[in-house]
Amino acid sequence: MESTDTPGAKSSRVNSGAVLPGREARRRLRKVRMGKDVLTRLLVSIAGYGVVISLALIFIFLFAEVLPILRGANLESPTSYSNPGPAVETRYIATERYQESAVRFSADGQVNFFDPRSGEAQLEEQVGIPETATVRSFAFAEPRTRLVAYGLSDGTVAVARHEYALTYPDDVRLVTPKLEKPLGEDPVVLDDEGQPIEVLAVQESARGTTVAGYTADGRMLMARYEARRSMMTGETELTRTVHELPAPPSVPTRILVDTTMRNLLVGDAQGFLHYYDISQPDQAVIRDSKRVIEGDMVSVTAMEFLLGSVSVIVGGSEGSVSQYFLVRGDDNIGRITRIREFERHPDSITTIFPEYSRKGFVAGDAGGNVGIHYGTSARTLKIENVSENPIANLTVSPRNNGILYTDGTGQMHHAELWNRHPEVSMKALWNKVWYEGRSQPDYVWQSSSATDEFEPKFSLVPLTVGTLKAAFYAMLFAMPLAIFGAIYTAYFMSPKMRGMVKPTIEVMEALPTVILGFLAGLWMAPFLENHLPSVFTVLIMMPLAMLAMAWLWRFRPAWIKHHIPPGWEAAILIPVVLVVGWFAVWSSPLIEVAFFDGNMRQWLTDVGITYDQRNALVVGVAMGFAVIPTIFSIAEDAVFNVPKHLTQGSLALGATPWQTVIGVVLLTASPGIFSAVMIGFGRAVGETMIVLMATGNSPVVNFNIFEGMRTLSANIAVEMPEAAVGGSHYRLLFLAALVLFGFTFILNTLAEVVRQRLRAKYSSL
Amino acid sequence: MSKDKATGNIRTWFKGGDPWIWLIGGAVSISVVMVLGLLLLIAARGLGHFWQPPIVETYNTQGAQVERVLGTIRQSETVTAQSVREAGYEVPLEQELVTRYLFKLGNRDITGSDFQWYIADNLQEFRYPETAVQLERREWGDFFGYLLRVKEAGETVAEGDQAFEVLQERLDRSNDLARQAIHLERYDIGALNRSIEQARLERRRIEMIDALDGAERQTQFDEIEARVAGYNAEYEVLRQELEELRRSARRDSLVAETSGGREVEIVLADVVRASAANQMSTGDKIVEYGHRFWDFMSGYPREANTEGGIFPAIFGTVIMVLIMSVVVTPFGVLAAIYLREYAKQGPITRIVRISVNNLAGVPSIVFGVFGLGFFVYFLGGNIDQLFYPEALPAPTFGSPALIWASLTLALLTLPVVIVSTEEGLTRIPRSLREGSLALGATKSETLWKVIVPLSTPAMMTGLILAVARAAGEVAPLMLVGVVKLAPNLPVSTEPPFIHLDQRIMHLGFHIYDVGFQSPNVEAARPLVYATALVLVMLILVLNLTAIAIRNRLREKYKSAGE
Repeated sequence: MESTDTPGAKSSRVNSGAVLPGREARRRLRKVRMGKDVLTRLLVSIAGYGVVISLALIFIFLFAEVLPILRGANLESPTSYSNPGPAVETRYIATERYQESAVRFSADGQVNFFDPRSGEAQLEEQVGIPETATVRSFAFAEPRTRLVAYGLSDGTVAVARHEYALTYPDDVRLVTPKLEKPLGEDPVVLDDEGQPIEVLAVQESARGTTVAGYTADGRMLMARYEARRSMMTGETELTRTVHELPAPPSVPTRILVDTTMRNLLVGDAQGFLHYYDISQPDQAVIRDSKRVIEGDMVSVTAMEFLLGSVSVIVGGSEGSVSQYFLVRGDDNIGRITRIREFERHPDSITTIFPEYSRKGFVAGDAGGNVGIHYGTSARTLKIENVSENPIANLTVSPRNNGILYTDGTGQMHHAELWNRHPEVSMKALWNKVWYEGRSQPDYVWQSSSATDEFEPKFSLVPLTVGTLKAAFYAMLFAMPLAIFGAIYTAYFMSPKMRGMVKPTIEVMEALPTVILGFLAGLWMAPFLENHLPSVFTVLIMMPLAMLAMAWLWRFRPAWIKHHIPPGWEAAILIPVVLVVGWFAVWSSPLIEVAFFDGNMRQWLTDVGITYDQRNALVVGVAMGFAVIPTIFSIAEDAVFNVPKHLTQGSLALGATPWQTVIGVVLLTASPGIFSAVMIGFGRAVGETMIVLMATGNSPVVNFNIFEGMRTLSANIAVEMPEAAVGGSHYRLLFLAALVLFGFTFILNTLAEVVRQRLRAKYSSL
Repeated sequence: MSKDKATGNIRTWFKGGDPWIWLIGGAVSISVVMVLGLLLLIAARGLGHFWQPPIVETYNTQGAQVERVLGTIRQSETVTAQSVREAGYEVPLEQELVTRYLFKLGNRDITGSDFQWYIADNLQEFRYPETAVQLERREWGDFFGYLLRVKEAGETVAEGDQAFEVLQERLDRSNDLARQAIHLERYDIGALNRSIEQARLERRRIEMIDALDGAERQTQFDEIEARVAGYNAEYEVLRQELEELRRSARRDSLVAETSGGREVEIVLADVVRASAANQMSTGDKIVEYGHRFWDFMSGYPREANTEGGIFPAIFGTVIMVLIMSVVVTPFGVLAAIYLREYAKQGPITRIVRISVNNLAGVPSIVFGVFGLGFFVYFLGGNIDQLFYPEALPAPTFGSPALIWASLTLALLTLPVVIVSTEEGLTRIPRSLREGSLALGATKSETLWKVIVPLSTPAMMTGLILAVARAAGEVAPLMLVGVVKLAPNLPVSTEPPFIHLDQRIMHLGFHIYDVGFQSPNVEAARPLVYATALVLVMLILVLNLTAIAIRNRLREKYKSAGE
């Protein structure tokens, strides 16, 4: 009997049959029990590792979503084939949206459509250049209009458009290219005197097609054509208005007309840029001239508008690439202003081509390098040597996922391009950026707008400042209340009252922030606006009234002394708080009448302080309310757990309770209080609903207590649902989330470490 | 001499530190006053929403004009005359303060503005006419006016004193018909629409199977077509039934005079509720209060959520939290057991524990972003590719949905459950564990039969706290699954019963949406307070339960441990 369960006992002699389970049964039972044990261990371990994995997953996933914005551009899988079409100079190349078709405009007016990846010919067309004329110049409008023009030797201009029809037979995409002539089959007349057009510009807008040209005899001409299809005959009718502009000071090399048809820019061989105001073409004047390339013997070799035709990218013979646009001064006259420079190419710039839907461009140089740049972020993503010969023509696909170029050897080259997030750079996120149409560099967050040529403004500065501003005012409100309250509750309050106060604070912690935000936005904001002086009354009166009460309390009659022991001060002060609060509200209109001309808000505005109804004051109070319980409970814990023998020793030496608090308790518990503040700060930084509801969410950069702000978290809540998946904006919002995550995580970890150390210290004391 | 003594007294008083103790005590008083004041404010405003105030009639003199005002008083306040002048009111120059009343006038369709401030000095004596009625309408908000007569199909059936009684009876009838119509529309026609959509998807699925040959495909198409034809026939019947109901509901109407003196005829089908406030006794008002409260809790929202009930929001919140609990409880409890009972207590376990703790401090919006990116776009997108290709490009699970909202919240509340359970596990005396093991129990037996039952209250506490946190969280939900108006509940009587791919309404989001996104915030304000009250009550009850359980637990183990 004594060894029934001992392993190795050969048989259970004493097992008297029916009473205990047999050997087999026991073994089976043991197996089942062991199986269950293993199973439990497995299950529990899976859950344990699951938590660790999901924790890591959050971080890794957020990081993975952010990572692509740090990548530069990449060129891959290059292919080459001989030029489709005649063996003459190539004037222009472009690809279609899906890179299934591309077009080459030759110097003799022949147009060839081909597959950009394989070079396979698709269609051959003619622009229609009369046999009596020769091609003297070439121009293209904004790439997305797909409009090009040939300037001819007889003063006429041949305009053509490359078009692509999309069809889906059998659910497979089919791209059919074709050539259109929007101004009719024949070239249109620009110069009535029939002089050759030496330099040409073309642009298209809702108001028609504008063509500007410089003739061989030194005149600047600008014509506007409007093609209208006649309802009756079905024929295209063309209206034409021609203006002669003042002649440029020297021979131009390049002319550009913007899409608003108000500005015309001329670049010349001396490195100057001239700005014509053509809003009234018959009174056109040169408003400004500026040297855009510095140094001797250098000239402008390439010049092109960015999307939206506001910015001009100028490439110089020494390889410099810089961006200019017109900045209006106080006199409302645009001046050509250098905005930023890009990384210099090793050789003279030969060609520039803007992106179709963003403010980026590609540039080719005489050394066979292709550079990929982006305007707003001033980023040069890549300069790669792709050829030994100068790049003659260069184009980027409409979706920025491929480039096509020629290098004057009769070969066409194609490469796939990865360039998804050029808008983002450290500089663009954190420094002042000079955005198009603004008079100076600034911090702006404006992620989207209605128009296609909108320049997204991704400066994180307004959001960061807003976040810190909200957290700062919240802490300003919460810290004194929470820390003082915690010291009092832990050290002076009677246990009975403590038992009531602590659950109240816990309830405070549990209140959903959406409730606080809604009260702040819908109740407190209008209330404070109407009773602004009461804020200041409370600030001044509250401590004074409390001190007065404390002074009076010394002279209380004996019977009160018996009934209310020390430790109930807070309860006695509740009526005082109520009375002061009521008095502040009641007296608020009187103060306004007496000191602020009857309306403090108006008075503030007159003094020059902007006042928003939903402002940092409201947020500070509401978010402070949300943060108080967090700070309170941790700080109270730290103060309460200060070893009793320390305080008793201090009291025994004759220190008053207050001196003990200052000299002993606070000193010992300060790390705990510090960690409480850190955790509270972390909560204030990440809080979303309160700021979303209690501010106007305008991304401003200031610390004015009477203005609103937009925080990182509120920004995510507002913009995330609308952000295009995978875009730069989307990833930037992920970055904001990652920053919040990392920041609060580190802050909390630090606080936790501090607290654990403190706990160890307490137990060792 | 005595003065010197007094100052000396004050100095020693300050030196002793007594005043400072009072001052820091004041911080507690302020906090407590704020919490209680906030709760009282919500309670007063929220509960006040259902109380029928008297309808006031008075005359307002503005310059030479005198206009009759009829409505209920929403608010009154004293402000400086200057700010009123800046708002465009005429106030005598010598006057510095004015009292003003905010009247709810209703009649948005007639006058354009349903709320108006009036200066008390310009108003004549308040009167409470018996014939004044307040009508809650299905559109255009409330109507205020004097009831003249009730009509049936154009013929007057009651006038004067009896009018209101007759109106109530006929209103019951029209409301009954309206309920039937809504039921028909929401459930019967809704189910039909779903079936038709199902058939469309089925057809698409068949199209996508390449293996089918033409004839076979055609037979299946024909079968579906026949079914759809059947549905359409059924739909036609229901539609006629619905029209009949609606026409019948429009039989009766009432005629009332507005404060401006215009006679207006209102069809009873457009009226939800009528009250002649000035005829009601306190008892009537209490009964009315009960009705309105019930309608609020059980009704569907109307008028861009600014009127009607919040039932779908309550339901949505509850079902989301339920699904979350089903996920988070086992996972969180097992993880806590792992950390406390199985893992080697070394630095790594400590790091994990701290990380889990810190996860609770990570801003909730971060979880929302993660949920949107990972659950919705990544998981949901892949599920759609694999299982619902026929519906593409319309997303099934690839858009914000109930399931993703629940999972995101489960992740968010995981630390709460883990921390609470761990705390419960630590409190169990070592002796119990060792006793069980000494009796020959395996580790898993000790766990399931001794430790887990003993720490159940701690797990309950954790779960309740998690539920309370989840019920109040809004920011992440805005990204992963809530919507301002969901016409259908996420459950139905047909399989799969719970529609995890639907979006839901949520109490917290409802507050945000109605309070800040609705076109008429002033009209919606009482409803927001009432909604806030429901949410606060829900969360308070949950939290107080959790606190109570926890306290009882602590007492229990205090005695067991000693």
